Amino acid sequence: MSFEIDYSFVAFIAFATIALLGSLMVVFKKNAVSAAFSLILVLFSFAGIYAVLGAHFVAALQILIYTGAIMVLFVFVIMLLNDHHTENDLEKTGFLLKVVTSLSLVALGTILVKAVYSSADVHPTGTLNSDEIIRLGGSVQVISEALFKDNVFQFELLSFLILAAVIATITLAKRGTKSSKNGSET
Amino acid sequence: MTQTELMIMLVKCAVVLMGLLSVVPIMLIVERRGSALMQNRLGPNRIGPFGFLQFTADMLKFVFKEDLTPAHVNKFYYILAPWVTLVPAFMTFAVIPFASSLVIEGNSVHFQLANLDVGVLYCFAIGSLGVYGIIMAGWASNNKYSLLGSLRSSAQMISYELTLGLSILGLVMVFQSLKLSDITAGQGEVLFTLPLLNWTIPKWGIFIQPVGFILFLVSVFAETNRLPFDLPEGESELIAGYHLEYGSMKFALFMMAEFVNMTVASALIATLFFGGWQLLPFFGDLVHLLGGADWVRVLFEAASFLIKVAFFMWFFVWVRWTVPRFRFDQLMNLGWRVLFPLGLINIFVTGLVIYKGVH
Repeated sequence: MSFEIDYSFVAFIAFATIALLGSLMVVFKKNAVSAAFSLILVLFSFAGIYAVLGAHFVAALQILIYTGAIMVLFVFVIMLLNDHHTENDLEKTGFLLKVVTSLSLVALGTILVKAVYSSADVHPTGTLNSDEIIRLGGSVQVISEALFKDNVFQFELLSFLILAAVIATITLAKRGTKSSKNGSET
Repeated sequence: MTQTELMIMLVKCAVVLMGLLSVVPIMLIVERRGSALMQNRLGPNRIGPFGFLQFTADMLKFVFKEDLTPAHVNKFYYILAPWVTLVPAFMTFAVIPFASSLVIEGNSVHFQLANLDVGVLYCFAIGSLGVYGIIMAGWASNNKYSLLGSLRSSAQMISYELTLGLSILGLVMVFQSLKLSDITAGQGEVLFTLPLLNWTIPKWGIFIQPVGFILFLVSVFAETNRLPFDLPEGESELIAGYHLEYGSMKFALFMMAEFVNMTVASALIATLFFGGWQLLPFFGDLVHLLGGADWVRVLFEAASFLIKVAFFMWFFVWVRWTVPRFRFDQLMNLGWRVLFPLGLINIFVTGLVIYKGVH
């Protein structure tokens, strides 16, 4: 073959570019809803990157949970709030905030540069590469075995934590409605 | 990827795309004539035999109407929104198998665009993206009715996606796979034979997961925004909801998306609960009669799949013109207080049965 295009590399570059541009739009869009739409784009292109890496299960879950469910709630809430103070007036920010922002920008920039430099010769460690995963019966099989067989105790602990959070949320929400409606039926 | 494989892939893509696109004009006429049938009217019957060419008139009308953009809208998202609903609708079909495999010149051809590990999850994941088109349309239209429509749509989608996911878990537990090809192949087995008539009941999803089927059916109606769950557009209270400000081709795109979504939903129902491309009764005998060649079998498999899909497309129309629209609180009550617990119970019972060793 005279020319062999590395499709996954092209796809990676495309998704990475979309993700970067999208993140910039999330930060710089003045309208909250547009920013949320851009965030959807970012999360979707992350899913694309996962898929390029061969982690189809993670990609599907990324779209299903983050893009498909959480962001719908985000947009829903933003629309309900109907916020009129969406204009970010940079002129009004105080001196201290400016200093803190610049410092954190410098710190983040340093981390980014370091990450880019050190990622040149990083190879995934461990026994699970994409061929191995296919041999073991696909990513769903591998992930479910890791979750429900090898690390089942930690998994159950985590689910208890989530259950506690759910109960706490419901309790908080219930108390709110009761006080506002004078203890009437929720 | 060799040249032949690439060619096969392109042909498959073209066939699926053409198939999905040709659904739109067919459904246009089926829906209009179907509604007339339900309401004891005639419906459009002037153009072509029995009015079958009505869609040409409809399409011409859409194309030649002035494509105006209202001044008060957010232009970018207003134009983007119909496409955001349409594209995921097409993408979802990629994992649905429409016939088994065939060997052509040494290449085994699977009649499925992509046999993903996570087939079912992919369907739901991409399907859940379609709602953004509706949200975007409602928000960008800058109209109170549209915004209400898109708010309703997002609440509805979130609520019914849970049930949708739960409803097929039982099926996944029985067939031990998320791949749609595995699920379809598994449904070819015999569940049991009726003793007197010597009829075999296949291991179709509906026979092993009847509750799952009902949950799936109801949630799919909610996900496709079809009556009785078409509250996002509800013309009697929200005028037209999220596509109120849309006209000409942009509106036609929304309509296309609805029909394609219906097709994908019907195909999913057929694949998950009615054996997908598994032959319909008596088709096996027909294949034997015609010599039983591989390509004959594949043709009959594709025909079986098409017939099943067509039935559920008709079922969508049938329900739309039979059942009145739900009120929004009824919709939410049904979703969260009836379907969601039922889905959980269904999973629990299925797990128990599998644990006890009954298949």
